[in-house]
Amino acid sequence: MNDVWAFFSFSDPTVRIVSLGTVFLAMSASVVGTFAFLRKRALVGDAIAHAILPGIAIAFMLSGTKNPVVLMMGALISGWLATWAMEYITEKTKLSNDTAVALVLSVFFGIGIMLLTHIQHSGSGNQSGLDQYLFGKAAGMTEQDLWTYSVVAVLLLTVVLSLYKELKVYSFNPDFAAVSGLPVKAIRRILNLVTVLAIAIGIQSVGVVLMAALLITPAAAARAWTSSLKIMLILAALIGGISGLSGSLISYLSPAMPTGPWIVMTLSIITLLSLFFAPKRGALSRLLKQRRHSQKILNENLLKVFYKLSVERKLEQVGLSVDQLQAERAINKSDFAAAIRRLKRKNWLLAEGEKLKLSSIGLVEAKRVVRLHRLWEMYLSQRLNLKEDHIHPNAESMEHIISPELEALLLKELDFPTQDPHNSPIPYAN
Amino acid sequence: MEAIFIIATGALVAMTCALLGSFLLLRKMAMLGDAISHAVLPGIVLAFMISGSRDNFSMLIGASLAGLLVTLLIELLHKKIHLQEDASIGISFTWLFAIGVILISAYTEQVDLDQDCVLYGEIAYVPFDLIYFSGGELFFPRATIISGLLFLLTLGFVLVAYKGLKITSFNSDYAKSLGISTLAWHLVFMSMVSITTVLSFEIVGAILIVALLVVPPATAYLLTKRLKQMLLLALIFALLSAIGGYYLAVLLDASIAGAMVSLAGFFFLLALIFSRLRSRSLKVDAYLNE
Repeated sequence: MNDVWAFFSFSDPTVRIVSLGTVFLAMSASVVGTFAFLRKRALVGDAIAHAILPGIAIAFMLSGTKNPVVLMMGALISGWLATWAMEYITEKTKLSNDTAVALVLSVFFGIGIMLLTHIQHSGSGNQSGLDQYLFGKAAGMTEQDLWTYSVVAVLLLTVVLSLYKELKVYSFNPDFAAVSGLPVKAIRRILNLVTVLAIAIGIQSVGVVLMAALLITPAAAARAWTSSLKIMLILAALIGGISGLSGSLISYLSPAMPTGPWIVMTLSIITLLSLFFAPKRGALSRLLKQRRHSQKILNENLLKVFYKLSVERKLEQVGLSVDQLQAERAINKSDFAAAIRRLKRKNWLLAEGEKLKLSSIGLVEAKRVVRLHRLWEMYLSQRLNLKEDHIHPNAESMEHIISPELEALLLKELDFPTQDPHNSPIPYAN
Repeated sequence: MEAIFIIATGALVAMTCALLGSFLLLRKMAMLGDAISHAVLPGIVLAFMISGSRDNFSMLIGASLAGLLVTLLIELLHKKIHLQEDASIGISFTWLFAIGVILISAYTEQVDLDQDCVLYGEIAYVPFDLIYFSGGELFFPRATIISGLLFLLTLGFVLVAYKGLKITSFNSDYAKSLGISTLAWHLVFMSMVSITTVLSFEIVGAILIVALLVVPPATAYLLTKRLKQMLLLALIFALLSAIGGYYLAVLLDASIAGAMVSLAGFFFLLALIFSRLRSRSLKVDAYLNE
């Protein structure tokens, strides 16, 4: 516990540099990753991260130094080249985008490995440490690196804020952006440039493979919570930042643990939890919604059976047994029992011994469903000129969906009909 | 002699990947190879920790399970949770890869395994692991035998299953309407890809498998519209990349696998230029004819 406090007091300069640095890195990557995610180009980040390697190797071979600025220039150029190559292949050849991504990723990486091993074997002595670009080493961050990261983070933020509208339109609908007269090419170039930049500074700390996670994963988590781009960007940056911090905390508490993989681990857990449990867009809430819908449909189907038997076959006084009901409509036994329990709880059904009856509010509800069914059949046959034997299945599903507003419109349009196309009466509430 | 073994192994792996990669490309699943090759890491580490040895069989099982896990995870995120496909792939394999790296770091003392060897393998070590036949007179490297068997298996699979693979790859809806079980074909095909990835990663490394799966087929795809020609061309490019890559690596004193991929990329570039020139001249012809 003391160690945790020691970490969060940030009194150790190394802790300060590493944790701030990873937070800046992760936040920058999350922001550019959000746009890549929305353009459905999430894996492009993975390709760029791999494609940076030959640039670093060539920059080292040409300059003979490990000066981070020189290596960064090399990284930017080859990352930029890779982006261009992917776009060129996708646009000009019949290869699909994912093939172009995989192709550029592996070829650039292959060249990078070839050059890197060439450098290592030629052994001038000062080449060690280049492979930190492959696997990342957050603990080696210096104060100078931290300055670079914060400059890049501020730069990214400025670009995003000043071009917010353009980036938004372009990410959601590039065709619309082009038609509206926006300089699509320029926007794409700027977006590509900031993406390459964020990746190039990131791979030193988390490595080639995990860089992709920093771009994609926060955006996916944020998307589960919101439909607004602004909130999504802020959330993605927050999730990225928190993961960056927890990665450096874990690595501080247990020095054998690498920072990068733990950032990704935290990110992935946050994202999986979000994807499952987020309200509205989460998998769980969607599942519940589906269940509520199917229960509603079952309830309403059962009410129709009641209506048919009790009103139209005049069995109202005697009440109905479960067997009679089941003979009328094929619903499996447990669903059937559950639906009856639900209708009783709503007081739509009354039990008299073994027999069941519709209550007065149940009757109103049953009439509503039957009315909607028959109104829709009426509409299909009169307005769409469908044959009588074709309209029933469609009405079976529409009866559960038609809203009171739509019902009012239908009534007006059909001028309050009294009979449906099969000559059955259309029941009204009173 | 060593050179021949290395070239033979590289060529066999590359040609196996070329055959499977062609169908992978037609099925628009190129990035799935990338995902599987990264995601096998935790499976290998766990298998190594449990069995305590570096024998191939347990690693194969661990890696296959991890490969299966990542395809299932991608399916779950994409189909059940409705996350877009590219993000589903990206999240799944980076997560599993991170778990693998964490496992390696946590058990460095017990696990004599480093990321480098898993990620880019070393084909140069192939001739040092020999298996002797007929009393020691005849010997082949283990990797050459494995990749040879793998190539024969894949070739046999493609020849026997050619029609089914073709129809399910080009138009799965049509295949379905004919009563063909596309899911079964998908599973069989993906298991072939997984087995190949897992068996070859030791030889050329996980990431470079992706290149061999994608680059020669993509090169062939640019040059022809016929599947048979595409497969044949992909095999030729794979073979040329393996042979030429070896000598390029010797020349530069660099990673052989890296050089093979670089050469494959060079062939792609040539095919790209050729296909662009051809389409331009076709356009000019069409213009002149008008």
